[in-house]
Amino acid sequence: MNSLYYQKRLSRNIGDKFFTSLSVICALIAILPLIFLVTYILIKGGSQITPELFTLEPNPPGDDLDAGGINPALIGTLIITTIASIIAIPVGVGGGIYLAEYSRGGAFSRFIRFGVNVLAGVPSIIAGVFIYALIVSTKILFGSMYSGLAGGMALSILMLPTVIKTTDEGLKLVPNELRYASLGVGASMYTTILKVTLPSAFRSIATGVVLGIARAAGETAPLIFTALFSYYYITGFGDLFYEMGSLAVLIYNFALEPYDAQNKLAWAASFILVLSILSVNIFSRILAAFTEKTKRV
Amino acid sequence: MEEKLTLFKNRKRFGIEKNIDIIFKNTALVLSSFVAIILLGIILVVFFQSFESFSRYGLKFLITSEWNPVKDEYGAFTAIYGTLVTSFLSLLITIPLGVGTAIFITEDFVPKVVREIIGSFVELLAAIPSVVLGLWAIFVMEPFFRFFFVFLHNFFGWIPLFSTEPTGRNSLLAILILVVMLLPIVTSIARDSLNQVPKKLRNAAYGIGASRWKTIFSVILPAALSGIMAGVLLALGRAMGETMAVTMIIGNSNAFSWSLLSPGYTISSMLANQFGEADGSQVSSLFYAAFVLMILSLVVNIFAQWLVKKFSLKY
Repeated sequence: MNSLYYQKRLSRNIGDKFFTSLSVICALIAILPLIFLVTYILIKGGSQITPELFTLEPNPPGDDLDAGGINPALIGTLIITTIASIIAIPVGVGGGIYLAEYSRGGAFSRFIRFGVNVLAGVPSIIAGVFIYALIVSTKILFGSMYSGLAGGMALSILMLPTVIKTTDEGLKLVPNELRYASLGVGASMYTTILKVTLPSAFRSIATGVVLGIARAAGETAPLIFTALFSYYYITGFGDLFYEMGSLAVLIYNFALEPYDAQNKLAWAASFILVLSILSVNIFSRILAAFTEKTKRV
Repeated sequence: MEEKLTLFKNRKRFGIEKNIDIIFKNTALVLSSFVAIILLGIILVVFFQSFESFSRYGLKFLITSEWNPVKDEYGAFTAIYGTLVTSFLSLLITIPLGVGTAIFITEDFVPKVVREIIGSFVELLAAIPSVVLGLWAIFVMEPFFRFFFVFLHNFFGWIPLFSTEPTGRNSLLAILILVVMLLPIVTSIARDSLNQVPKKLRNAAYGIGASRWKTIFSVILPAALSGIMAGVLLALGRAMGETMAVTMIIGNSNAFSWSLLSPGYTISSMLANQFGEADGSQVSSLFYAAFVLMILSLVVNIFAQWLVKKFSLKY
């Protein structure tokens, strides 16, 4: 009779309760680091934000109480990420177009898709080592060794798999009817791709690419011995061929300094870096959720 | 007849348009093969640069831990050991945490909105640059855990793993920061594969009277196992290659020690530390170490992909 009712003391029910609370604890532990980290950076880094931070050069570490600003590093990050995008986006989108539109699942396209996944798993420092061997140590870029250009190339290797993957997957989601219709009215293949399929997949590709850029902006390992670091303002086009600072390398260098002023600068730089990366992420998430909703209607 | 022929003629494309079409296709083809070129380029360049060191030290490089630029003696055992230990131990902590979180997100303990928020929180954690995590580890985690490490040493010091006095940065901190970095990877992949398990399996298990956790352990987790395994392997590859956060917190010492409470080294932190200032045969030895790291992560990654391909269509 009793067996029809929920019995608290039954071993299976106790076990269920136990495991349920265990998974709740797991989830709590999983989100704690983000909460701690973000609040700490907001408080510690946010308190360092001043107008001078954005305009001054960082002072070389020493007994100085004033560490200066992060202007060269901020501009450097923008430049290096732009270089990486200029290389990775055309190559990645083109490669993705081939995989999604032209290939017929043959050995070549399977090999390329496999290669994309493998390249995505290559440790980021290896990309730096590769560019070091190929460009920095050979001085192939007009005799310059460490340069912002080399740093951008190293970053582009890390961005490439992301761009190809998002293009490939975005184009695959475009319904085939659109292609048939376009080819049916007499458009050639490249018109179909450029005027029909690519525009209709634009939003998902753009989201993926922007996330890839945000990820690259925070990468440090490929830059520490390709772009190195610089304390000085970026004044002109020629500076591309010299050492270039970036926010990520600034954080790395200044976090390891024994001086408080430099450490504070590292916190300020992480504040800016984390804030921009998180806002890009959150914004694209909201955008993706929004487009999903409108698509269903 | 004449009319028909001109009509037929008009159905052809202009030569230039045809050529554009062909050029476009071939450009896309070339661009897609860049991936293969870069990948092969990386492997070849790193291999040839390490050749000098490889021919001099051979496989002895892997099992000796002497690293002395003055005497030109190089062996990367400490770094290789550090890489393997930090990545495996961090994975050991991450797997239950990540899978537990994934189960929490896919079950209906709390309303969907809350679960989605927790899910996106964990994914946002993946977007934090590792150098920022390293900064955080130096200034927040290390002081926070210092007391705990002293306690660990005092009570479990007889275990070789905890046998050294904790002084600042050490391997255990690197393991902990790796857990923070791996958690999003394992969680999101485990969540996706748990979501892919068909509902009817769960309903069938409930129908014959299994409790919720009996269903999870005996039906749902086994069905999602291959996906979870692939995620774990991807995380392992990431852990082995992870550079910045680990370099900043592991202490960077080439002196070999079994203890997790002493400073250590990983291959990637060795590269980050020494590559800028190295010359001569040290560079070649660093390339050799990089080659070892690359092979390790390639093997793990390829195995993960094979696993996904082999088992993904089971349900």
